[in-house]
Amino acid sequence: MSSLLTRVRLKQIEQLIEKAKRLDGRGLGDYREIKIEQGLIEKAEGSARVLLGKTEVLVGVKVETGTPFPDTPNDGVLTVNAELVPLASPTFEPGPPDENSIELARVVDRGIRESKAIDTEKLCIEPGKKVFVVFVDIYVLNHDGNLIDASALAAVSALLNTKMPNYEVKDGEVIIKQGYTPLPMKSHPITVTLGKINDKLIVDPWLEEEQVMDSRLSMAFNDEGNICAIQKGGGGYFTQQQILEGMKLAQEKAAELRKKMDW
Amino acid sequence: MNEKPEKLINKKGLRLDGRKPDELRPVKIEVGILSNADGSAYIEHGKNKILAAAFGPREMHPKHLSLPDRMVLRCRYHMAPFSVEERKSPAPSRREIELSKVIRESLEPSVFVEYYPRTGVDIFIEVLQADGGTRCASITAASLALADAGIPMRDLVVACAAGKVDDTVVLDLFDTEDKVGSADVPLALMPNLNAVTLLQMDGILKPEEFEKAVNLAIEGCQKIYALQKEALKTKYMLIEQEEEVEE
Amino acid sequence: MPTYFEKKQLVTPGELLAEGDYLAGNNTYAEDNKIYAQRIGLADLDNKKVNVVALRSFYFPKVGDVVIGTVLEVGFSGWTVDIKAPYTALLRASDVLSRPFKPQNDELSQVLNGGDLIVAKIASYDRAHDPQLTVGEPGLGKITRGQIIKVTPSKIPRVIGRKGSMISMIKQETGCQIILGLNGVILVTGKNPEDEELAMSAIQKIEEESHTSGLTDRITHFLKEEKTKREENKNE
Repeated sequence: MSSLLTRVRLKQIEQLIEKAKRLDGRGLGDYREIKIEQGLIEKAEGSARVLLGKTEVLVGVKVETGTPFPDTPNDGVLTVNAELVPLASPTFEPGPPDENSIELARVVDRGIRESKAIDTEKLCIEPGKKVFVVFVDIYVLNHDGNLIDASALAAVSALLNTKMPNYEVKDGEVIIKQGYTPLPMKSHPITVTLGKINDKLIVDPWLEEEQVMDSRLSMAFNDEGNICAIQKGGGGYFTQQQILEGMKLAQEKAAELRKKMDW
Repeated sequence: MNEKPEKLINKKGLRLDGRKPDELRPVKIEVGILSNADGSAYIEHGKNKILAAAFGPREMHPKHLSLPDRMVLRCRYHMAPFSVEERKSPAPSRREIELSKVIRESLEPSVFVEYYPRTGVDIFIEVLQADGGTRCASITAASLALADAGIPMRDLVVACAAGKVDDTVVLDLFDTEDKVGSADVPLALMPNLNAVTLLQMDGILKPEEFEKAVNLAIEGCQKIYALQKEALKTKYMLIEQEEEVEE
Repeated sequence: MPTYFEKKQLVTPGELLAEGDYLAGNNTYAEDNKIYAQRIGLADLDNKKVNVVALRSFYFPKVGDVVIGTVLEVGFSGWTVDIKAPYTALLRASDVLSRPFKPQNDELSQVLNGGDLIVAKIASYDRAHDPQLTVGEPGLGKITRGQIIKVTPSKIPRVIGRKGSMISMIKQETGCQIILGLNGVILVTGKNPEDEELAMSAIQKIEEESHTSGLTDRITHFLKEEKTKREENKNE
């Protein structure tokens, strides 16, 4: 598919993993360096850029008004979209979202939605008629592995950076006033992705490792350390043992990451 | 619109459809029911009615999608417009695209793809009626379709979901439980190799509850696997039985 | 060192067949000292080899196999042929014409056109290329008479029978010439369509009941009965 790894490189990565090492010197359970910047797109209601190693993801949040879903008339709406823009990787082609960008968007969405990160009840303007709609758009700018974790981190950071316009309802009309309020957040989910190479689990796979690994497992945790989303991806498989082992490892890593964030 | 039920498990510990927490819905499977497909299977799992077909191995069109050293699997999971309460548009939704991907990824590890370079096998899944757990039932049927097509496999793949309703971890959620419950964990398994090829989760589960759900789902898978084997054997035993009766 | 099946037991992909000092034969694979089935079929033990006779399979090209195929397309320097396999086969013009091939003079479609049936041999095949056919041997070439029936390739040995007993019997009872393509395509040529259909129904019956015993006797019985019925119908 992508720029194929040479067999020599493949072997190199596998051999190092056997010795519990990785090409960039990391241990099997280490994340790459993470840098987060918020508020860089002024025209968006919220934004954040995450650098996870060399993987770069920018998330912009736009808040608009709209109608609620019929089965949740008092709740605001969340919609997440992802674009794997062509300049991010030689393997990304222009065109409508493909299965990879759809999966990415839906996995990040699940983490945010199931953890009830956004207090959607507070987004209600007029019950059953008008609510705030939060658009989270994930823009992958450089693909160097583990787009899920980088995107999830950027999405939550962007939501924390999001401000909603103040408004008042006069004669059934919504009138925007001066000033803003921060988007009401109840939880701050963190997603941890593991890769499996020759029965060893590694945290935060980078691009070349992704080409060697036979399977991936992403898990999202809420503030209490409970699981709110899981996605096994790629071909390959995990044994029952590896799943439970992976869960404990991911939970640990999520807690570690959480400490690092100043949310 | 139906009213959302208050309690999903009653005082007797029975669910809305009368099942116990660890009880599977009834499953009926038939293999080789489509004459044009190389392999096919039909499954009824609870109220789910799903048809799966496999075409291949055959040369891929367009050719550039094929790989020089292995067979490529393509999978399309699609729901009929009349399969759900509110008519669904025939155009592929984002959910169907994601499911097509994860279903394909759940079946791939079971197939000896290295045997047939430069070819492809197309798997088509049509959900005729949906009632929760369609991706699992689809995988169970699609795996049989591949076996029915004579494609060499490491193992069959069987799938089942577990989840949480009220405060209980339960097996095999039906639609209402899926929508109103607090967690859903679909899982696919290669039963003889103890290899999990699909695992997803949405909702909120404590780690212990997740572990319980995984174990329960795997138990459910083993039960459905017995039915998969029976369906395959029934198809070929039938002729033998007819012969015995004649003599 | 146990085996986990009875002779001719119906097994499904992934079923554990044996553990220990055994070899993985047809339609089985070995992993961690265990032998598993790869396809639906009947398991058997041949010395130390565990085999599965597949009840569901498709033809995979092998050099030297005689196959029957349908011409799909006339190309620039040959024809593409459907041999009911994962790969289409190629028949080069140079193989068919006894002299060097001149594109401007030779009209390939005159020799063989789309829809024509041919009996050919697989001359070459490897993982990187589609199978190449040859018709340059006696008994090979374009088919002009007869009818075609398709069976699962793994059943061809059953159609042949032990030491050719089944196929000789059918030829005798129906007076037909029968060419067996190893790709599961069978050509039946008889003196009249009824004889051909008789042979074809016998072959179909073999496919359906291939996993049962006493088949040769039953097919002989079946053919004799059918011929008697035909006689009776003629006399009425």
